[in-house]
Amino acid sequence: METKTVDARGLSCPQPIVETKKVLDKISGGRVEVLVDTVTSRENVLRFGRNAGWQGSFEESEGFFKVILEK
Amino acid sequence: MNRLLMSKYGPALAGTIIGVVAALLVKFGNPGNMGVCVACFTRDVAGALGLHRAVVVQYLRPELAGFILGSFASALLFREYRPRGGSSPMIRFGLGFFAMVGALVFLGCPWRAYLRLAGGDFTAIAGIAGLTTGIGIGIMFLYRGFSLGASRPNPKAAGLFMPLLAIGLLALLLLRPLFGAEGTGPIFFSEKGPGSMHAPILISLGAGLLVGWLAQRSRFCTVGAIRDLIMLRDTHLFKGIVCFIIAAFLTNFVLGQFKPGFEGQPIAHTMHLWNFLGMVLSGLAFTLAGGCPGRMFIMSGEGDSDAGVFIMGMLVGAAFAHNFSLASSGTGVGAYGIPATIAGLVFCFAVGSLFMNRVE
Repeated sequence: METKTVDARGLSCPQPIVETKKVLDKISGGRVEVLVDTVTSRENVLRFGRNAGWQGSFEESEGFFKVILEK
Repeated sequence: MNRLLMSKYGPALAGTIIGVVAALLVKFGNPGNMGVCVACFTRDVAGALGLHRAVVVQYLRPELAGFILGSFASALLFREYRPRGGSSPMIRFGLGFFAMVGALVFLGCPWRAYLRLAGGDFTAIAGIAGLTTGIGIGIMFLYRGFSLGASRPNPKAAGLFMPLLAIGLLALLLLRPLFGAEGTGPIFFSEKGPGSMHAPILISLGAGLLVGWLAQRSRFCTVGAIRDLIMLRDTHLFKGIVCFIIAAFLTNFVLGQFKPGFEGQPIAHTMHLWNFLGMVLSGLAFTLAGGCPGRMFIMSGEGDSDAGVFIMGMLVGAAFAHNFSLASSGTGVGAYGIPATIAGLVFCFAVGSLFMNRVE
């Protein structure tokens, strides 16, 4: 299945969520990876994804986080 | 405790403690309904540094240094210290400037708007309505793709600027140097008025450190609360301000500080339209910048230099607000407060319309 990636690194609140929402609104399922660079944005995107019915997890890479949303 | 602050109960817990602390700070000597006011305190710091000469509002509020240092320590401890910057700094300076102008037309930042309500000052209702309206306008721009662009990681040392500045302000507060041209200054302290009213230094600093730590862990944000509620139907942060208001109200009530009414409220005026529009301006500027003024102090402690630039805009905005008679007083709006509010709204609408830096 195709993975969609949202690069929201460096964006102020609530833009990481706005960008994530735009992608989630277009698809009914699959895998979306959201790149963020603060713990605040990581937790916000995870909470938003879970509230929207997606399963959320994250990986830490060099200097940023990859939030993985799956449904 | 850390796990609790990071959980879904975090903002509510932080809001409750901060509400109690704010009401207690008034008991210990801070001005009425001003246990914590990020805008008023920044204005007092501007005065203490001689950037404006309104003699009644000059004091180096240690709470603000505490916010930055509490957040800095928390960010270091929990590995969230990430120096970053470069997202339209000049525009953020302008947003900070006009957020302050709006706040000084109303006489308080969002924190104090809620605290004024919790103290029985019903003139705050127009301000909170204005704040909500301003945030709503900001959301409209966000939906249309508004962005000031992405920040970039900075060298580790870059994030030390604001914590070192906080330490410098504390040093000036304790040393009180007097080597100005007229035998006073360069640091000024009010002898009467709100600037002369303050809790003991150690209590203020301790409260600031505690609030800085709580807000850093829980992401407590008085603007994000309303923004997320309207935009995403997410009550996570909103619970924080509900608990903040209730806790401050109950503590005020117990301490005999709850005085309901519209007239004669401490450091407030009854020109409802300008209470409303001042906060429309503030709410819009804060939303475009990404958070409330308290949150800006917290993020500056985490190493966010864009938030630091916003604070510098607030500091300069406070100086202009008093030097150019933009700030209100207990009797009503300042001589040029109305045109300044309109100019600020024009600036914010221009920023909101023109900055569409999409990530794609």
